[in-house]
Parts: sequence; structure tokens; C-alpha cells
Amino acid sequence: MTDATVRDAAPPATTTLTELAASMPPGPPRRFRRRSSVKSALKHTGLIAFGFVMLYPLLWMIASSFKPSALIFREPGLIPSEVDLSNYSEGWNALLHPFSHYLMNSAIIVAGSLLGNLLACSLAAYAFARLKFKGRTLWFAIMLMSIMLPIHVIIVPQYILFSQLAWINTFLPLIVPKLLATDAFFIFLMVQFFRGIPTELDEAARLDGCGHGRIFFRIMLPLSVPALATTAIFTFIWTWNDFFSQLIFLTKPDMYTVPVALRTFVDSTGQSSWGSLFAMSIVSLIPVFLVFLFGQKYLVKGIATTGIK
Amino acid sequence: MSVLGELRSSRKAASGPRARGGLRRGDGRAAALFLAPWFAGLLLITAGPMVASGYLSLTNYNLLQPPEWIGLDNYSRMLEDPRLLNSLQVTFTYVFVSVPLQLAAALALALLLDRGLKGLAIYRSVYYLPSLLGGSVAIAILWRQVFGSDGLVNQVLAFFGVQGQGWVSHPDYALGTLMALNVWTFGAPMVIFLAGLRQIPQMYYEAASIDGAGKIRQFRSITVPLLTPIIFFNLVLQVINAFQTFTQAYVVSGGTGGPADSTMFYTLYLYQRGFGALDMGYASAMAWLLLAIVAGMTAVNFLASKYWVFYND
Repeated sequence: MTDATVRDAAPPATTTLTELAASMPPGPPRRFRRRSSVKSALKHTGLIAFGFVMLYPLLWMIASSFKPSALIFREPGLIPSEVDLSNYSEGWNALLHPFSHYLMNSAIIVAGSLLGNLLACSLAAYAFARLKFKGRTLWFAIMLMSIMLPIHVIIVPQYILFSQLAWINTFLPLIVPKLLATDAFFIFLMVQFFRGIPTELDEAARLDGCGHGRIFFRIMLPLSVPALATTAIFTFIWTWNDFFSQLIFLTKPDMYTVPVALRTFVDSTGQSSWGSLFAMSIVSLIPVFLVFLFGQKYLVKGIATTGIK
Repeated sequence: MSVLGELRSSRKAASGPRARGGLRRGDGRAAALFLAPWFAGLLLITAGPMVASGYLSLTNYNLLQPPEWIGLDNYSRMLEDPRLLNSLQVTFTYVFVSVPLQLAAALALALLLDRGLKGLAIYRSVYYLPSLLGGSVAIAILWRQVFGSDGLVNQVLAFFGVQGQGWVSHPDYALGTLMALNVWTFGAPMVIFLAGLRQIPQMYYEAASIDGAGKIRQFRSITVPLLTPIIFFNLVLQVINAFQTFTQAYVVSGGTGGPADSTMFYTLYLYQRGFGALDMGYASAMAWLLLAIVAGMTAVNFLASKYWVFYND
């Protein structure tokens, strides 16, 4: 099932039915077609209306970020009666550090996680997909099960471990685990992909005297760009949105990431400055939105194969 | 497909490449190198902390003094802790109400979008976007405003002459707003349903319509049975996810789980005990109960799946 699921580019096989309809005598089908075009117009109207309602809160948040705070509580519409850019400048400087500081902190963690997940997970995946070793089935099953392990089960001892290493309030607790391939989910994704690469390729390379290192770096990785892209995109979004572990490991305002900073923002301002709170929320969503915009193809494939959020 | 399918057929998968042959007999040394980071992570970041957590759950430990052995006291304390029992109730209610609703929405939309609908890619993106953003603090902040007493929902209600109330600050409704947030993220399971629908060979429908089966009959006898593995897969994943909901509850309630503990999710209570009260032993015991619940629910799902999931292989 897996491979066919990935290739969602293939058009659904509707042609035969259409051909059947075309070969039918004229008359009834035409009327049928007219009725069905009314039906499809209705369907599209419904789908568009539904999509609009779904996205309305988001659009409204964007619109509200340009309104003076007082208006947010009075205007359910999208077009601000008064445009005010000061929400952004006020929000940017509302906390101890300018917001760019928190963006930078988040970016550092994302960069480290990207490196870790891309390299460590694909190395492990190569072993599971291509190498023959004792206990492979068992280790593979353990790897699969670790995907479903709730982080809460291990967070307390992790915290103790990292505090003994004096790593609390550094980015290390958030990056080092990724360098050790603990996001096993991506190992699985890469294994699936590697299995689809013909073994003849690496066998030929072996005959030419390549070792596993070179096969991995010169053959497997270059052929695995789609899987690497999916991994990169999901790592980015998950790490950027992650709140639980960042809340636990980063307690000093200097080290705050975007989500943790936003949270303190809510506490410190309360109801008074929704405008600037919204403005910074929008800022925090922009990177995710950009990744979504440019990485859609890989996102859809990734979810379809693996079923992640 | 996916992790679950892989677990189901792990014996098959493991014997696959071996039968194909061509690999040298043993790659033990190379494998050790390639797996070294993963092994280290498994030992230090996953398995080690798990064992430690099991031990700590049998102690009284507050980070400052050394752990004090108290046997199963933490576990028996849990049974008598009304806030913990309440948090279980909140979490189970959330899971049992919002996951079926979310999946129903996902399936309905997937069926509407299926089969060469024009603009499919755009619709899919629009409906999927909330899934990507839904777990973020920013959206939780938005939710807090939208369902607040002067929030967007009440402004719209006022437009129709209805007097709303502070949904997030009312104990009867606060959990409902979080459920709505979970349903709002139906896009991810929808995309999986769409992929699953595409797997159903068109010829089944053609054959059925030649035999005179109507749309409803086709849906009942072809689509539903062939989609059951996907429904099952989505169900397991979303249940596991929903049990671990934290960010939304934390941000919407300002970290308190209020009003009146009505959004005190299990994970939020665990966080409060462990990192608020530094009751690390108790928090560890809670973590193991969570693992037991998640594993138990998954096992129940797997067992029950024998009666309704249809595998076509």
C-alpha cells in the first residue's frame, strides 16, 4: 500500500467511466450533465463557504492585528475601520528582549534539530533498510514502538539528567536528542523510502568497491531528496510549534523561544493589549505558513504515508 | 501502510530483503556504526529515562533531597487524588467526544473531495492548514480570544441578537472550546482518508454500477469496507494524540486547567505536579499510568479491529 500512497501525482482512474458516458447515445446524458453541473456548482459553493468559515478565525486574527485593541472587541468583520500598525512595533518590544531575540532562539533549535533528524535518522534508516545484522527485526520493532511512546513518560528523568549535566536553560536538551535520532518517526519514514530504491544500484556500487559509507552518501542520500524534504519540513514545523519541552527546559527569559515568549506575553498583558499579542502571534505563524506554502507537495505525501499532523 | 501496518506485518517486512539476497552475509560492523547515534539515543534519552522513571515512581523525590523509597504509595495516592481522577475524566471526555467528531468531519470532507473534483489541491490545502497551526501557542491564544466573553463568537452571536457568555471562563463550556479546536484540525486525517480513497480501484465501482448498485449501496459495500484499515489507522493515531493534549489546555486556561479544573488535562496535571510542585515521584507514577492507558487503548483498538477492519491482502 505504501508506495502507491506516496505517488499521489497519479490521476485517479476516472477515464473509463467518462469514456463510457461519451460512447452513449445523445439525449438523456446531456440533461444529466446539465443537472450534474448545477450539482457541482452547489457543491463547490458549499465547500468554499465551509473553507471560509474554517479559516475565518485566522483571517480575523490577521485583520485584528492591524486594529487598535479596543476595536478587536467590537469588530467581528475582516476590514478594519481604522488601520494601526503600532501593534507590531509595540508587540515586538513588549517583552524583556525584542521579539527577534526569541525568533533567533527558535531558529537555533530548529537548525540543530534539522541537522540531527536529517543525518542521524537517515543513518539509522540505512542500517534497517539495507544492512543485515543480528536482531534487526527486534531492533526495528523497538524503533517502531518508540514512535508511540508519550514524551511525558520520560520527561521527568530527562529533566533530572539534563539538570545534572547543567544543561537546563541551554538549547542542548532540545537539540542533542535529535542528534541521537530520538525522533524515530523519521527513521521509519526514511526506511520506507530507502526500500523503494532498487538494490541493484548499491550492488553495482559494491562491485565497484564502494563501502557502505560511500553508498549511503553518494547513492542513497542523493536519491532520497523527497524523503529528506518531508523530514525537514515536519521537523521544522514540529520544532517551531513545540511548547511542552521548551517550557520545561527553558525557564530563563534570555533563552525563551517564540512559543514560550508568547505564553509569557499572555500572562503579562492580560486583556489590555490583544492587538500586539495578535500581531506577535501572526509573526510566530509566518514561518510555518511559508513552509506550508512551499513544501505542500512533500507535506501531503508525508501525511499520506505516515499519518502525522 | 504506515507504522501500524508495519507493526502488523513486521515479520513479513523483516524477511523481505533477506530473501532478496545480494547483500553480504553479515554487515554487523557497518550496522553498529550506522546505528550508533540511534543506540546511544535509545539508551540515554529513551530507555534509560524510562527505567529511571519506573524507579522514581516508587519514591518520594523533589529534586533537592535524594529519592526516598516509598514502594507503591504514589500509585495508591493516585487512586485517592480527586484532582487526578477529575483530570482522567476531563481527558477521556475530550478523547471520546472530539476524536470521533474530528474523524467524521475528516471522512465526510474526504468523500466530498474525492474523485477528480476540480480544485482538489486548493481545498485540501485550505482544510489542512488548521492541522499544521492547531498545536501552536498562537492559535491557542486566538482561541482564548475567540471564545472569550468579548470574543469573536459572542460578537457574531450579538449580531444575531443572542447574548453569549465567556465560553472559556465557564466550567461547563471551556472543555467544549478545546474540543472544537481539535475538531478544527480534521485536515490531517482527511488527507490520509483521501490517500486511502485513491487506493480503491475504480473498477469496483464500475462493476457495481453495471450490476445496478446505487451510490449508497456502493458506499456501504465498497468504500466503507475498503476504507476500514484507514479509519482504524486514523483512530489509533488521533486517540494517542488526543490523550497527550497539553499546549492548548495550558494556554487557554493560563496554565491553571481552570475554570474549576474543567480543562485540567492529564498531561497538564502531570506538569503541575512534576514541575510546579516538584513532586517528581508522583509525576513519574502518573507518567506510567498515562503509558498504561495509551497502550491499553491502543490494544483495545487493535483487538476490536478484528471485528470491523477489513484487510484486503
